[in-house]
Amino acid sequence: MQQYSGFGLFKHSLTYHENWQRVWSNPIPKKHYDVVIIGGGAHGLATAYYLAKEHGITNIAVVEKGYLGGGNTARNTTIVRSNYLWDEASHLYEHSLKLWEGLAQELNYNLMFSQRGVLNLGHTLQDMRDIERRVNANRLNGIDGEVLTTAQVQEMVPILDCSKGARYPVMGASWQARAGTARHDAVAWGFARAADALGVDLLQQTEVTGIRRKDGAVEGVETNRGFISAGKVACVAAGNSSVIAKMVGMELPLESHPLQAMVSEPLKPILDTVVMSNHVHGYVSQSDKGDLVIGAGIDGYLGYGQRGSFNVVEHTIAAIIEMFPVFSRVRLNRAWGGIVDTCPDACPIISKTHIKGLYFNCGWGTGGFKATPGAGHVFAHTIAHDDPHPLAKPFSIDRFTSGELIDEHGAAGVAH
Amino acid sequence: MLLIHCPYCEESREEEEFSSAGQAHIERPLNPDELSDEQWARYLFFRKNPRGLHHEMWLHAHGCRKYFNITRNTVTYQIMETYKMGQQPSVIASEEGQS
Repeated sequence: MQQYSGFGLFKHSLTYHENWQRVWSNPIPKKHYDVVIIGGGAHGLATAYYLAKEHGITNIAVVEKGYLGGGNTARNTTIVRSNYLWDEASHLYEHSLKLWEGLAQELNYNLMFSQRGVLNLGHTLQDMRDIERRVNANRLNGIDGEVLTTAQVQEMVPILDCSKGARYPVMGASWQARAGTARHDAVAWGFARAADALGVDLLQQTEVTGIRRKDGAVEGVETNRGFISAGKVACVAAGNSSVIAKMVGMELPLESHPLQAMVSEPLKPILDTVVMSNHVHGYVSQSDKGDLVIGAGIDGYLGYGQRGSFNVVEHTIAAIIEMFPVFSRVRLNRAWGGIVDTCPDACPIISKTHIKGLYFNCGWGTGGFKATPGAGHVFAHTIAHDDPHPLAKPFSIDRFTSGELIDEHGAAGVAH
Repeated sequence: MLLIHCPYCEESREEEEFSSAGQAHIERPLNPDELSDEQWARYLFFRKNPRGLHHEMWLHAHGCRKYFNITRNTVTYQIMETYKMGQQPSVIASEEGQS
C-alpha cells in the first residue's frame, strides 16, 4: 500500500498527480474464502479490516451488490458520540469512540475526524432531569459529559435561539466534548484501502441471491457471479438484513424504515459544533465544505425505497428554524433517504445464529455510523472466535427471548 | 407523500392525517400462560419485514380515528388496497414477501 504523506503529495505534484496508485483493486472472485462478508458499507469493511489485522484471517471477501459505502454509509449525518444511557450500550459506543480517536493515523487516511462536541438540548424540566441522569451515567462509565446552563449554551452557540420567548425555550443541554463528526465516505474508503492492502477481496457489483447450507452449517453464498464457497458468512446488510435472513428462513426482530437527511447550500463557517434536540426533533451540524447537514426522523411505515415522505422533511425544517431563526432563508441543496433497520429496543444485534458459521451485525437503526470501528472490531472477534466479544455479548439476538433488552430509545431516539 | 383511502370515511386523504401502526393481522395469544419464551418473543418483537407486499395497520388519526388495513408495496410504496378491520385482503402478500 502506498503511504500517504505531505512528502508524497509534493512528490506526486512533480508528475501532475497522474501516477497515484489505485486505492483498491477489483479482483475476480476466488472459489473459496474463509469468511464472506455480505455488505460493503463501512461496518462490513471495518469487520474485514479487523479480521485481517487482529485475527490473521486474510482470505476474506466483502461482497457488495452496489459500490463500496453507497448505502447508509453515504447517507448518514456523520455524527460520532458515545453518551448513551445504559452500561452495555455506552461501553460499546465508547469502545468505538476510542478507536475513532486513533483511526486516521492507523489507516493512514484522512477521515476528517473532528471532535467538535455534541450538544443535546433540553427544553422541559423532564428533558433536564433526563440529561442529568444520562450525564451522570456517562461519567460513572468513564465517558466525558457535562450539564450546561442556558447561558453556557448561548455562549457556545450564539445563533441558537435561547430566548424565553421561544416556542420551546432552551433550559440547558448535555455536552460531550469528545464527540464530533467524521467524513463518512472517507471512513468507507479508508477501511477499504487498508483491508485491500491486507489481502481482502472487495467484490463490488456482486449481489448475494442465496446462502447455501448443509447439515445446519453454511457452505457459501450464491451470487450473480456464481457460487462462492465460504467457511463463515457474516451479514452486515443494514436495511436489507431481513432480506438476507429470509434466505435461510430466519426472522429478525427488525423493521426497515426510510430515514431522511438533507444538506443546505454551502455557507461560511457559522456553526462549529453539533446541536441536537430530542424535543423539537432536529439536529444540525456544518460540514467542512460549509453546508448545513440536517437529519430528519424516520417515516413511520416500512420502506425499502431509500426515500421518505415530504411531511417528515417539513417537520424537521420547522424544528431547525425554531432553534435557528437565522437559517430561515438558507436554501436546501439535496435531500435523500436511507433504509435503517430498527430494533424494538433501539440497540443493535451483533450475534451468532442457530446456523453454524452464520453471523449478523444489524439493527443499528438510526445510529450505526458512530459505531463503525467499534462494531467492526467486536464483530470481527465474534466471527474469528465463533464466540461473542465481551462487549458484543449483551447484543445477542437471544435477548428478545430472555427479555434482557437494552432500552436506548432515550439516547438514540433522535440523536442519530 | 402517500394518498391514502380511508375505508371508513370513504375518502382519499393526505398521509399527514394518518399514522402507521405496523404489521396487520397480529393476533394476541388466547393462552398467554401456556406460551414459551420463544413464542412470546415472536408475538412481541418479531415482525414480517418484507421487501415487497406488506399488510399493515394504519390509524386515521386526524379523521375518523379508526384503525384500518392497507396492502402496500414497501419498495414502490404503491398502495394496492385498503380494507376495514376484521376483513381479509384480496391482494395477498406471498410468504416470501415478494410482490
